[in-house]
Amino acid sequence: MPEKTAQTRTIAVDMVARVEGEGALRVTVKDETVQDVELRIFEPPRFFEAFLRGRHYEEVPDIVARICGICPIAYQMSAVHALEQIFGLRVEGALRDLRRLIYCGEWIESHALHVYLLQAPDFLGYDSAIAMAKDHAAVVPRGLRLKKAGNAIMTLLGGRSVHPVSVKVGGFSRVPLRRELEGLKDELLWARDAAVDTVRWVADFEYPDFAPDYNYVALRHPDEYPLNEGQIVASTVLQISATEFEQHFVEHQVAYSNALHCTVQGSPYLVGPLARLNLNHDHLTPLAKQVLTDRRIALPLRNPFHGIIARSVEILYALEESLRLIERYETPPLAALPVAVRSGTGMACTEAPRGILYHRYEVDGDGVVRDAKIVPPTSQNQFRIEQDLRLFMPRLLHLPDKEAALACERVIRCYDPCISCATHFLNLDIRRESST
Amino acid sequence: MLDQSKDVNERRRPSLAVFKFASCDGCQLSILNLEEDLLAVGQALDIAYFPEASSDMKPGPYDIALVEGSITTAEDAHRILSVRKQANVLITIGACATAGGIQALRNWADVEAFKRTVYPSPEYIQSLSTSTPISEHVHVDFELWGCPIDKGQLLRIVTDLVAGVQPRLPADSVCLECKRRGNVCVLVARGIPCLGPVTRTGCGAICPSMGRDCYGCFGPSEGARKGPGLPPNTASLAKHFHGELQLIPVEVMRRFRGINGYVLPFRAESDLWESKT
Ligand code: SF4
Ligand code: SF4
Repeated sequence: MPEKTAQTRTIAVDMVARVEGEGALRVTVKDETVQDVELRIFEPPRFFEAFLRGRHYEEVPDIVARICGICPIAYQMSAVHALEQIFGLRVEGALRDLRRLIYCGEWIESHALHVYLLQAPDFLGYDSAIAMAKDHAAVVPRGLRLKKAGNAIMTLLGGRSVHPVSVKVGGFSRVPLRRELEGLKDELLWARDAAVDTVRWVADFEYPDFAPDYNYVALRHPDEYPLNEGQIVASTVLQISATEFEQHFVEHQVAYSNALHCTVQGSPYLVGPLARLNLNHDHLTPLAKQVLTDRRIALPLRNPFHGIIARSVEILYALEESLRLIERYETPPLAALPVAVRSGTGMACTEAPRGILYHRYEVDGDGVVRDAKIVPPTSQNQFRIEQDLRLFMPRLLHLPDKEAALACERVIRCYDPCISCATHFLNLDIRRESST
Repeated sequence: MLDQSKDVNERRRPSLAVFKFASCDGCQLSILNLEEDLLAVGQALDIAYFPEASSDMKPGPYDIALVEGSITTAEDAHRILSVRKQANVLITIGACATAGGIQALRNWADVEAFKRTVYPSPEYIQSLSTSTPISEHVHVDFELWGCPIDKGQLLRIVTDLVAGVQPRLPADSVCLECKRRGNVCVLVARGIPCLGPVTRTGCGAICPSMGRDCYGCFGPSEGARKGPGLPPNTASLAKHFHGELQLIPVEVMRRFRGINGYVLPFRAESDLWESKT
């Protein structure tokens, strides 16, 4: 062990703000070289997988929604798809469209929250969106109204936007009438224009020049931008179905974190909007493609700070897709398909706002859950965030500790980490050691 | 009550702090979901501490502290004491903070076995064997029920406090709300085991309006016949589930052991039916 000298410095930030959840960062620097980067997730574990055991399958959507208030639909969707696989159900037509629609609502709400309230203040130099609102009087209300448009979709279909109540195995407990959906249209049309302005706005931010080599992982569907379904693909050679997830993706526990690290083919990888956009931009709408071209945004995007651009493009996509789905909606005869319970194991992966979310369930003949496994996007990205910090740190070493710490927080926020999902405060602790 | 002694014009803006313990962030998101009202709240109050929304974290004391989440670690059991010291009025928001939350399902289980289920090296995980509401640790001034809370109720209580009015929140059952909305009763008409008769109002009867049973996310209502502050008649509802709707005891037990399973009336009912399984 090198001896610590007078040059050893420790920098600590009690909590990284504007992320969902509690985590800490420790960076050890020795002789001006980055030694260790540990992203520690302190969010106390909540043991969902354990207490799903012994519950009836019908209770699963209500329980897993509580893993995360920001993306409850993602949890409900991965769960119902996995359970439907066991019962041999395929949800098609208008019910499938409604699932896509409510998921679009969640993407809009979650992405608008991150773009406007959590990340944009970093680029414009504010502590919060509320502080930003004084100087950007038009922008912040635009973001809040966009978010509200997403919430309106979720509330109409799900009863409320946080922990919606209508999603169930086989479909919904209630489906909307055509005229109810039409009631959303005017606001969604406004929001579509606001989303175009959002992409233009964020495209003009100043970005640090940083482009690590990522392995992107996302779903891919032959005909559409992925939400509920698709094969799992990566920039490296990989094309598998969700049933093969556990054969390729391996979770490791690290001593310093309550979230597990996930690797594919032994290496870190990236999930989320950037990965999704890079692997699926051919399925964007003409308008979304046009806005990218107009702003000279070339894909693939390799800079993690461009996550805010990817998120904004996805808001636009989700609004256009919502309008398309509403346009073709006919109220289905049944709100849910009947379920014939049988025992078995089912796996599914869907695209949560923060990236692929894998669920596996084993149920018995009475429909009672015997085993469950959930791999959230933030724990998949955790290892990748550490790698990025390792690569980004050298350019921060000349800075005073406090500023270096703030810059690290910004890198972490690019990922929109949802630490509640991964198992909340970010303590940054930089240790500077010298062996001389 | 907040200090209302000074003249309105001289009064400084009351400060608000938001703390998080073990939770899903859904109740904090309900604050951000105030949308237009959020900016108004930002003007009426000094949002002094809200890490989820702002990097500007000012030290206490605070006039109003909102606490989300339950106590699940020894560290958090300690931290809540300092939150209490810094808060003039402390309000718990949501089922986690008010009743222990869904994570209180661990209170019936072997947490060491849970750790082994989720983590290959359970010894690294620091966690208490229980998830407990804030009121088991410190004095709580007001409780906002719900998983998540209703943002209208939150706005109401904060407005009342700022205006110097004693806040009062309804405590009767979801059923009454259902009647006001003209819903068809899913329990009577469709034989679905709905917890509405014993669940606190506040949500606007969302679930029956969406064609399904209430699963108790606002916690126990107060017993209408027995008087304010007294528990609802869970025993009679449970008997109905078992006798008329033919639920077997374990199913009755699961009904009560949910999002608010650890709060006393629901806890006692679920324990009773567990003993019959
Ligand atoms: S009470 Fe429910 S919504 Fe609120 S933090 Fe807890 S789990 Fe989330
Ligand atoms: S009806 Fe019951 S479960 Fe549904 S939102 Fe209201 S209190 Fe919660």
